[in-house]
Amino acid sequence: MASRQIPHHISQQFDKELNDLRSHVLAMGGLVEDHLDKVLEALANSDTELAQYVATHDYQVNALEVEIDEECTTILLRRQPAAGDLRLVLAMSKTICDLERIGDEVEKVGRMALEMTGTDGPRKAYYTGILSMGGHVKRMLHDVLDAFARMDSEAAFRVAKQDRDVDEENDVIMRQLITYMMEDPRSISQVLNAVLVVRAFERIGDHANNIGEYIIYFVEGKDVRNTSLEDIEQEFKFSLKKS
Amino acid sequence: MSEVLNTRSLVTEVAKKEGTAPRVEDDSRPISLTVSDLNLHYGDKQALNSVNMHIPEKMVTAFIGPSGCGKSTLLRCFNRMNDLIDDVRIDGSILLHDEDIYKPDVDVANLRRRVGMVFQKPNPFPKSIYENVAYGLRIQSVKNRRTLDRAIERSLRAAALWDEVKDRLQESALSLSGGQQQRLVIARAIAIEPEVLLLDEPASALDPISTLKIEELIYELKRDYTIVIVTHNMQQATRVSDYAAFMYLGSLVEFDETNKIFTNPAKKQTEDYITGRYG
Repeated sequence: MASRQIPHHISQQFDKELNDLRSHVLAMGGLVEDHLDKVLEALANSDTELAQYVATHDYQVNALEVEIDEECTTILLRRQPAAGDLRLVLAMSKTICDLERIGDEVEKVGRMALEMTGTDGPRKAYYTGILSMGGHVKRMLHDVLDAFARMDSEAAFRVAKQDRDVDEENDVIMRQLITYMMEDPRSISQVLNAVLVVRAFERIGDHANNIGEYIIYFVEGKDVRNTSLEDIEQEFKFSLKKS
Repeated sequence: MSEVLNTRSLVTEVAKKEGTAPRVEDDSRPISLTVSDLNLHYGDKQALNSVNMHIPEKMVTAFIGPSGCGKSTLLRCFNRMNDLIDDVRIDGSILLHDEDIYKPDVDVANLRRRVGMVFQKPNPFPKSIYENVAYGLRIQSVKNRRTLDRAIERSLRAAALWDEVKDRLQESALSLSGGQQQRLVIARAIAIEPEVLLLDEPASALDPISTLKIEELIYELKRDYTIVIVTHNMQQATRVSDYAAFMYLGSLVEFDETNKIFTNPAKKQTEDYITGRYG
């Protein structure tokens, strides 16, 4: 079973509550994704206005988290869900927590982007690497939200694979940035901003990976945290290629 | 504790191997009741269909399932209450430890002493509280007043009723509230020290506080007795039981640890039922 939808309950009201919950989580994911898009654009085009927007609008994500959290509490209280329903509500509740953290990281990148775009002088060469890593992380978030919308555990697994690539990319860029700092100590404060951005991207990748794990937990009924990709692949017969 | 954990993980292993694993025979935990190929017919109608299961000792096993699925029928097989119904035919076997309870030479009264039962509606006798609990012991010809007094205090304490009734033991049992009556009936059942206690929806006629008291009592009683409970209340099954069996149309669909049944059941039928979906 690679994907799973919310089937019909005898109580249609319960169906509605679960479907609403899912739509709200997806809306929150969409908002976070939008902020990530904007901050990448701000970095790419040195757009201070856009960076300013992202740096000051994380409250929207936070408000959604609180609202959805309350929805989860109400469902747990009123419906006392079991089996797949219980796993669904738990997965949603954890997912919004990670989305909120992604929101925080994006906000942080927004603030860094303001500082980085504010400095005069030519664009440093490491910008390309950072933007490429940002692009990968953006794709990861997009893919995991897509897997979430379809509750597709195999697609969620492929996101975990991408996280490994992002981690490798992170190591390469970090080495580059350290070299910059060693070669030209005057650039340290500027490069440090870049280090923080890279670090934030890496964390976003981790959070997207966590969301993927919650999807697998919901669909397959098994907690795969702290399990190697190879073991997951073997246990659920997942394929890395898109079907 | 580590022993408990080990045997539990073994049960899970077995469950994994068999897919549904209604049997826990590889488990080192002692088994109290063993049901093998049990079929039961009421006239032409088959009420139980080839049921196989092993009920572990000193644990709480819950039977869940929709009305008419055979939960109570199966429960009543454990102390041969179905014998009292006309036109019942039973094939297969039920072992209480190693003894087949359906062998012709089994003393049914003695079996019911070893396997006590409590019903949905409290059914105290129209006698004093004291005499209700003493009833089974008197049948066993216990006459010594001090022995009786001690047994009655022990049973009422075990049923968490002693503090509420110790000063009014001679009052009529019918003067007690519903929840107290149900605990009195449980005290009456455990006064004769059975091995197994069968509870057929013991809290369904009680208010939430009395229900919680009964559940707390079940938790205490499993230290000494094997408990099998039929309940329609899913939350109650998750709260009190260690193992849960889902039955549907007379068949045992799934039998596993309660946590497994209620978080990740192996069978779709089980999931549909416990999550309240169309079948």
